[in-house]
Amino acid sequence: MEQMVVAAGLGDILEKIKGSERLSSDDGVRLYKSNDILAVGYLANLVRERINGDRAYFIYNQHVNYSNICTNLCKFCAFGKDKESPHAYEMTVDQVKAKVRERLSEPITEVHVVGGIHPDLPYQYYLDMLRGIKEVRPDIHIQAFTCVEIAHLAELAGKPVDQTLKELVSAGLGSIPGGGAEVFSPRIRQRTCEKKLSGEGWLDVAKTAHRIGLKSNATMLYGHIETVEERVEHLAALREAQDETGGFLTFIPLAFHPKNTELHDLAKTTGIDDLKNIAVARCFLDNFPHIKAYWVMIGPKLAQVALSFGADDVDGTVKEELITHMAGGETKGVMADTELIRLIRDAGRQPVERDTLYNVIREY
Amino acid sequence: MDMQRIREKVLAGERLTVGEGLLLAEQGDLYQLGFLADAVRRRKHPEPLVTYVVDRNINYTDICISACKFCAFFKAPEDPDGSVLSFAELGEKIEETKDLGGTQILLQGGLHPDKPLEFYEEMLSFIKGYEIHIHGFSPPEICHFAALSGLSVREVLVRLQQAGLDSIPGGGAEILCDRVRQETAPRKCSADAWLGVMEEAHGLGMRTTATMMFGHVETMAERIEHLDRVRALQDKTGGFTAFIPWPFQPDNTALSDIPKTTAFAYLKMLALSRIFLDNIDNIQASWVTQGPKIAQLSLFFGANDFGSTMIEENVVAAAGVGFRLSEQEIRALVEGAGCVPRQRRMDYSLV
Repeated sequence: MEQMVVAAGLGDILEKIKGSERLSSDDGVRLYKSNDILAVGYLANLVRERINGDRAYFIYNQHVNYSNICTNLCKFCAFGKDKESPHAYEMTVDQVKAKVRERLSEPITEVHVVGGIHPDLPYQYYLDMLRGIKEVRPDIHIQAFTCVEIAHLAELAGKPVDQTLKELVSAGLGSIPGGGAEVFSPRIRQRTCEKKLSGEGWLDVAKTAHRIGLKSNATMLYGHIETVEERVEHLAALREAQDETGGFLTFIPLAFHPKNTELHDLAKTTGIDDLKNIAVARCFLDNFPHIKAYWVMIGPKLAQVALSFGADDVDGTVKEELITHMAGGETKGVMADTELIRLIRDAGRQPVERDTLYNVIREY
Repeated sequence: MDMQRIREKVLAGERLTVGEGLLLAEQGDLYQLGFLADAVRRRKHPEPLVTYVVDRNINYTDICISACKFCAFFKAPEDPDGSVLSFAELGEKIEETKDLGGTQILLQGGLHPDKPLEFYEEMLSFIKGYEIHIHGFSPPEICHFAALSGLSVREVLVRLQQAGLDSIPGGGAEILCDRVRQETAPRKCSADAWLGVMEEAHGLGMRTTATMMFGHVETMAERIEHLDRVRALQDKTGGFTAFIPWPFQPDNTALSDIPKTTAFAYLKMLALSRIFLDNIDNIQASWVTQGPKIAQLSLFFGANDFGSTMIEENVVAAAGVGFRLSEQEIRALVEGAGCVPRQRRMDYSLV
């Protein structure tokens, strides 16, 4: 099948990938601009199978979005609300604990906690929330607070990021999710989320977390006003940071959902866009162990196919994920693990239930 | 070794045997099937055109004596909820279709227990008054009309053609293997009868499509048998314009326990169809069952046609599948795949 890749004009990239040679930014741009999704996917699949074999990971997790009140109000976000909005909400620590308690009977290994940049919840609230979750479910791994929230919490605490992180870890924080990265380019941040932590700031928080022994994920929000070159720059910055610290576990390309956002005039991403972002990331991010196809964002059908286009992870059996659904994400929020396992098997992959840090919980 | 030989044959434009088709289905991975199907598509359609037709599915009745186990649409004759569209309702639907730039209607219905052939002739004449292409009455309906009227299939087709029928949709083919038909749709016409109707229709100068509904009780060998029978008839008549494989949608049917065919399996079957049916020009993507993302990807797994805009669709919707696309969305998906969207007619001439 290699001749098809050569015919698509990607023979030199094929040789690099076969030789485990790092791709240049130009290579990344060429992959993005190729009209031959099969050839790009084939390359990504080579990398995927070299790094992760036939394994396809999923996790049994619970999402808690503690508040949608946010001072950033990014243009691509349908979730964040001004404090005065009738749709604004915030959960007390007791309410968060109740949410976790509701699902105690389920074999959940991770609670995923993300919220807005709240104008007046105190630092103590976040510490109490972590401790509260641990009280209800002591064995659970808490993956909480994007780098953007962490920077905000450090400010609230009036302490450096590393010290803040250490305090959060003592309260129960286990790792950091990849959100808030958006696209690092200052041009994009200026135009879509000018109040948000800068790209550099985001990377600093992630690297600081890695240095104190925390693992984290990374994301990229694609499909709005960014150029292909800006996507590749974003990937290059992540790759460089990963060379430095090795603390990233997973890269998760996030499809922009325009509905109910200020950018609602933009078109939704297509299947080719989604697969290409997964595939190019897999080819380019040679030092990232995992690439995730987040099925809530792109639908279970495409997530299944993505397992042959570079992805080795489909996230999990998610409940109450609000951020995508506020933006008109059309997939149901929950999928039974049996269905997830069937989809993975049917795609010729081996289903592996993992914990947050990719320890194997069960192979199917 | 065998796979290597199969690959070479496909790339050289040689025909695969049934055995080779089965081997490819069972051993070919997603990329082997995709690359080969894409090569065949590019050979048959060197221009990056992706076509679609603007039309509406009009189901004149949901009352049906066939009671196929895979169907969520029909109403049994004794069910008070069953209905037949009035000509006034038909007329309204056609007007709307024409207003939206539609060139044809897809006219299909259940096997109604007692409407005479004259009823259908009148319906066709009525619709013809709107000067629109009528793509109507799948082979099981034609067989049913023949049985009720005591006429031959040919006589029925001639009368319908005279009343305004232009072409015949490929529905009701399901799997063209009588073991499968006995198990899932025993009252529906046999595989031979389905092919017989198409052969007569082609002989009368009517073009038709062919479908395959897979992913229920059939084996892979039976799918290949289906493809082989379609290919054999096409060798004889050349009357099929397109092939449309689509996966069984189990919700609300008597076979709802069967797990739904996944997107991965759909793409492989689509690709296999493109590779095996060397004498059929066009392969349609099934966006109504697969949704926009997988339908777009289908264009790299052998499909060169987006089927119909389906201003109205009832049968798949009855099985709980809710994908809807506008003409504008279809065009955007095609362009996003690096292709050029073009509206076509039933015979694949461009509008």
